[in-house]
Amino acid sequence: MKHLLSTSDLSLVDTLQLLDVAEEMAAVGEREIKKLPALRGRTVVNLFFEDSTRTRISFEAAAKRLSADVINFAAKGSSVSKGESLKDTAQTLEAMSADAVVIRHPASGAPARLAASGWIDAAVVNAGDGTHEHPTQALLDAFTLRRHWARITGTPSAGTDLGGMRILIVGDILHSRVARSNVWLLTTLGAHITLVGPPTLLPVGVGSWPCEVLYNLDDAVATRPDAVMMLRLQAERMNAAFFPSTREYSRNWGFDDARLALLDVMGLDDTVIMHPGPMNRGLEISSAAADSPRSTVLAQVRNGVSVRMAALYLLLSGRGHHEENRGAGGALPRTANRMTQEQA
Amino acid sequence: MTVPAPYSGAKQRVVLAEADIDRALTRIAHEILEANRGTSDLVLLGIPRRGFPLAQRLARKIADVDPGVDPDSITGQLDVTMYRDDLRRNPTRSPLATQLPASGIDDKVVVLVDDVLYSGRTIRSALDALVDLGRPRIVRLAVLVDRGHRELPIRADHVGKNLPTSSSERVRVHLREVDAAGAAGPGGAGDEVVIEGGA
Repeated sequence: MKHLLSTSDLSLVDTLQLLDVAEEMAAVGEREIKKLPALRGRTVVNLFFEDSTRTRISFEAAAKRLSADVINFAAKGSSVSKGESLKDTAQTLEAMSADAVVIRHPASGAPARLAASGWIDAAVVNAGDGTHEHPTQALLDAFTLRRHWARITGTPSAGTDLGGMRILIVGDILHSRVARSNVWLLTTLGAHITLVGPPTLLPVGVGSWPCEVLYNLDDAVATRPDAVMMLRLQAERMNAAFFPSTREYSRNWGFDDARLALLDVMGLDDTVIMHPGPMNRGLEISSAAADSPRSTVLAQVRNGVSVRMAALYLLLSGRGHHEENRGAGGALPRTANRMTQEQA
Repeated sequence: MTVPAPYSGAKQRVVLAEADIDRALTRIAHEILEANRGTSDLVLLGIPRRGFPLAQRLARKIADVDPGVDPDSITGQLDVTMYRDDLRRNPTRSPLATQLPASGIDDKVVVLVDDVLYSGRTIRSALDALVDLGRPRIVRLAVLVDRGHRELPIRADHVGKNLPTSSSERVRVHLREVDAAGAAGPGGAGDEVVIEGGA
């Protein structure tokens, strides 16, 4: 694994390794001294072109717990607002010898561009790109689900997958990179995914995804799911009318108090409610649902640090591509050649 | 652990058979008890993979001598992967679980247990890992085989067998808890210590 760009190209073996390493990282998070020396002397740059609270803090905590140096870069207040291109920003980071770049960008595919362009040698971690993917969020969701699944089936969580689990992903699928990453990853792990949302908020071509699609949340809950993942309604990406009113959306596709009570009536004692955050309370999820014992929202945040530690450790420890590239003739001549070709 | 098929001309000799290993562990168990004057505050931490089953065996032997001891409650596993000094030189390794006894290691007498003592670098990593987990009163080291060639100022307190080797040789320890029957050495599926290769 050289970069972590997408969950669609993660094999089952790689996924299980990542989750198993995260399990050990979680144990470190419960110790008095929550620090490991594994990435001492490595530099991780958080390159955030979009607003973020938990993802950036989570990556920062993960890198620091592994003893890496962290440089935070937010597009606001940087030369990006003066019109600097992604390429020039990336090469500035390269000149500061970053070993890993954690990038969030409003354009889908920006991390893949950074990884494939040869502008930098660093490992690239996608922390959310446009409406494409958010792989570490899906990994922490999978980690949370796996621990829950292991607890109710009474098996140790290390090494197991999510075979037989039924998961609903509800809401604004169209704009959600979290939904996309989760569909690929949870399917790889053997779970059965059902997407639920208004037809206007489901992407074109969803029929070719490895999942079921339902338009009615009550019908979907009747299939007795083991987990319900509510997505945030991404108003900032909506430049058209997707539904008549937020109240109607909330009534039809929000996880409200009535649906929370329905889970109890149906005897679904082990069904959890997930949300990647930030939550619009009262819109896609009611406060009672968000604060109920079924809610895994805070566990997801906690597990995020462990999963990101595992990702950074697996990308940066070991005899990586970084040294190999520099060893084989060095990075500078390669970059120089490429620039000449581009100019030609 | 995979063991490559023996190539023609490979030298393989068994230096400790199952009964030898058992006798060595019995002696080490008694040495530990003697050095500690009993079982008080004793914690055995095995270094994965083969150190952990050895620690379990030692704990059972200690419990045979002192029936008041529950072998599981004094045994633990200490993973040192994240503390190694060669992480950047080798392919990525996945860390294994660290499990400490419920009583912790603060103010205890911790005996680190490993199968082969060679450069001493694993033990250096283990000492660093211990510092992050607590503050033992004493740390001792017990190994099944000491093959020499130390690269750090580290020595074992309890040694099953001192084995003079050349650095071109390999010492393989087979334990039935860890090594599958298919990966067994020349003596079959049982426990043994084998030296391979060399001049």
